[in-house]
Amino acid sequence: MSVEERDPHTGYLTTGHEWNGIKELNTPVPRAVYFFLIATALFSLGYWILMPAWPFGSGYTKGVLGIDQRQIVSQSIVEAARDRATWTTRIQQASFADIQADPALMMVVRETGPRLFGDNCAACHGADARGNKGFPNLTTNSWLWGGSPEAIAETIRVGINSAHPDSRVSQMLAFGRDGMLQRPDIENVVAYVRSLSHADLATDKTVADRIAAGNTVFANNCASCHGPDGKGDPSVGAPNLTDAFWIYGGDEQTVFDTVWGGRQGHMPTWEDRLSEVDRKILTLYLVDQRMAQ
Amino acid sequence: MIGQLTKGERQLALVILIFLGLVGLAMAAGGRHDPLGAHGALVIVCALAGLMAVIAAYFDPEPDPERLDRYYDDPSKIGIVIAMIWVVVGLFVGDWVAWLLVNPDLTFDAGWASFGRLRPVHTTSVIFGFGGNALIATSFYVMQRTSRARLPDQLSPLFVLFGYNVFCLLAVSGYLIGVTQSKEYAEPEWYADIWLVIVWVTYLVLYLRTLARRKEPHIYVANWYYLAFIVVVAMLHIVNNLAVPVSLGHAKSYSLFAGVQDAMTEWWYGHNAVAFFLTAGFLGMMYYYLPVRAGRPIFSYRLSIISFWGITFFYMWAGSHHLHYTALPQWVQTLGMTFSLMLLVPSWASATNALLTLNGAWHKVRDDATLRFMMVAAVFYGLTTFEGSFMAIRPVNSLSHYTDWTIGHVHAGALGWVAMITFGSIYASVPWLWKRESMYSPRLVEAHFWLALTGTIVYVMAMWNSGIVQGLMWRTYDDSGTLAYSFLDTVIAMHPYYIARAVGGLLFLIGALIGCYNIWMTIRGVPSAAPRVATDTAAESPVAVPAGAAAFRSGE
Ligand code: HEC
Ligand code: HEC
Ligand code: HEM
Repeated sequence: MSVEERDPHTGYLTTGHEWNGIKELNTPVPRAVYFFLIATALFSLGYWILMPAWPFGSGYTKGVLGIDQRQIVSQSIVEAARDRATWTTRIQQASFADIQADPALMMVVRETGPRLFGDNCAACHGADARGNKGFPNLTTNSWLWGGSPEAIAETIRVGINSAHPDSRVSQMLAFGRDGMLQRPDIENVVAYVRSLSHADLATDKTVADRIAAGNTVFANNCASCHGPDGKGDPSVGAPNLTDAFWIYGGDEQTVFDTVWGGRQGHMPTWEDRLSEVDRKILTLYLVDQRMAQ
Repeated sequence: MIGQLTKGERQLALVILIFLGLVGLAMAAGGRHDPLGAHGALVIVCALAGLMAVIAAYFDPEPDPERLDRYYDDPSKIGIVIAMIWVVVGLFVGDWVAWLLVNPDLTFDAGWASFGRLRPVHTTSVIFGFGGNALIATSFYVMQRTSRARLPDQLSPLFVLFGYNVFCLLAVSGYLIGVTQSKEYAEPEWYADIWLVIVWVTYLVLYLRTLARRKEPHIYVANWYYLAFIVVVAMLHIVNNLAVPVSLGHAKSYSLFAGVQDAMTEWWYGHNAVAFFLTAGFLGMMYYYLPVRAGRPIFSYRLSIISFWGITFFYMWAGSHHLHYTALPQWVQTLGMTFSLMLLVPSWASATNALLTLNGAWHKVRDDATLRFMMVAAVFYGLTTFEGSFMAIRPVNSLSHYTDWTIGHVHAGALGWVAMITFGSIYASVPWLWKRESMYSPRLVEAHFWLALTGTIVYVMAMWNSGIVQGLMWRTYDDSGTLAYSFLDTVIAMHPYYIARAVGGLLFLIGALIGCYNIWMTIRGVPSAAPRVATDTAAESPVAVPAGAAAFRSGE
């Protein structure tokens, strides 16, 4: 069986074995293979000498460069914080008004604000902060809890209906589900609420009657939170119902659902997750965006 | 199929299937308040289907004794057909999840259709369903021919093949109902894992029994690779899946490992699954089908030895390159990186050995899409291993890790290497197995080749771009020293690449569908006018001594 043959194409001998027609040439291993084996082995050897590499007992060889990835990370974090300290300390110490008056600091706010917002807030409030159903538009002048930088910063710090002990707490009652109002009253008050932002609704006679009836329902049930004129109350987080901005929607069905089933939005607390500087930047970023409108 | 079993084997098959049915019954009863119950039902259905098949043919005449003079190819034929079914399922789900990344709302609000459940359906279907069945089918074919020995019995190959597919079914159906260990590429839970151990040990014993009966004095290199695949996968599978079930009535189990040890065990498993499942097994395939199809001797016997031991030795150390810059101690990362670099040498030696084997047959590569599949596979193998060693370098990995670059690398390997060598081998063996002159349509093989190649290139290019863009965006700082992009910005930047990838995947899928049609028509024996390209010498019988210089038939 073991008969060596010469391959006419390459000129090499076969090993003399054959498996179902397959033969193997006895070609020597190309020099390059040995070369690269030795080269990569030498590289590895050098690397092992320089770097942490081989375990022994309860320790390992530390490498002559004394490099340790944990130290490098902590060190670069310290260095990065030091580099940023030029502006972080100023933002931390200055009042909102002072920061707003300082173009250099506002540059930082405009540069880092979008990233902080994109990574932490955009999932709910949208990448452009214009909100989604159930998540308020943050670029308007219509604030649930007040639009001063201090009020916004506090909302971000403690959240709304969140787990924070100082959380802002608010609730829109479920007037229909909990039996506080009958369906016709709700339909009337819905018409009234919608007329606050759609003056043209009253032109229809039957609708005008419902609006008038709804006005009374509103004064008795809703004004305590939303204010007698429906312009909202930032002390209880009740929204302004007279403007064009809606959290949940201003069409008849949605407003009906809101009054029937109630609402209670949840805004997380960021006190433990974002530094004070980051929260200040976010606050000013929102204020800045609104002023740009 | 059952007709090939002797009376005794049919009885044994009944016993095994009844036992399997009882196990299924116990699972269904014990796990009736748990997804385990559903899997019990699935096992019962599998056992009943098997029982019906055996009983229906139970009184058929015994196989004629002359069969012992021929190779036993039924399991290879069935395996190839099953592999083609899995590849269509796997590629389809893969393209589906690709479109999910383009448009995340395509889940119909159903839990089973969420990305997290469909992704493992894809990976398991292609790696284990397609790759595994192709490996089992071709290994039976190759070991018989290169040992000149028939498989030792008729039952155990079928047990291995069908048992393995029961495992795949349990795995894939489990993900859809939320059963997973959350270990990548080792998702199936404890009961499926135990079943696979039984199947795999049978496979190993079967392989060794066949080798022991061999009539060739030497063991051909393809068999070393197949054996390494079987032995090491058994070891990896058992260690990584050590776990304690919550109770015998629950699908859920908890791993024996925790924290960074768990991560290291998982990636020791994961990387060696790449090495011994996706590489060694398919190198075995390559070392048989490529020289036969090309009609050329292996370029260098010595090179194949060096590569084999190099790959086997170096791969074992490399897993930690999946955990660079993590809680894993740095010295482990150093070892992973350096051994990955040394690993490049035997990997390229294998690719070179394959390509130089084609010297003297390049005109065939030009004319024969089947051989071209294998040639391109070897090229992609070289490319992927080069890229892998490069990515294993820590600073490079700090850019590539967690990005689509890894996905690009994986698919250069999975589409370019694994799938291409498999399609080439299947196109080569289907006419041999079903005794046809050639494939039904060589032009369709050609079409499949170009679709697969284009699909792969589009896919890999898209992911390279996307991965590098993503990696760079993640580490870009602005003048204030804070990150320049939010994560959302990087997701938006990926969108066009995700579309390109999904289109590339679609091309690859269409190619596979054409392949299925072509294989089906070949099996049905629909005649075609194509000329005969290459035959497997004396491929039918272990008795006939292969004709001397057959492999040189086409030499110049
Ligand atoms: C999980 C979703 C969610 C995320 C994330 C989130 N918010 Fe909110 N946010 C809400 C909801 C819901 C409300 C409205 C609560 C209500 O309806 O009473 C709200 C309200 C607010 C308000 C009060 C608006 C007003 O009119 O007074 C501010 C300010 C605000 N969010 C800022 C942020 C900032 C800044 C971030 C990122 C750090 C953020 N939010 C992240 C859900 C979220
Ligand atoms: C206890 C205080 C309280 C009372 C009383 C109350 N509301 Fe509200 N209402 C709220 C709060 C707080 C919200 C904001 C809820 C949120 O965003 O989660 C709200 C929200 C709404 C909204 C949704 C606004 C939007 O932007 O989508 C409507 C509409 C509304 N209220 C109408 C009414 C009507 C009509 C009544 C009387 C029948 C009423 N509310 C009584 C506190 C109250
Ligand atoms: C020399 C050979 C190879 C080396 C050194 C290597 C190295 C690597 C590296 C460094 C990663 C990225 C790890 C990370 O950052 O997460 C990776 C991922 C991967 N590679 Fe390779 N690779 C090699 C060959 C292959 C081949 C041939 C295939 C396929 C057939 C393959 C399949 C994969 C897969 C599936 C992953 C993804 C793992 C995950 O899910 O994260 N590799 N490889």
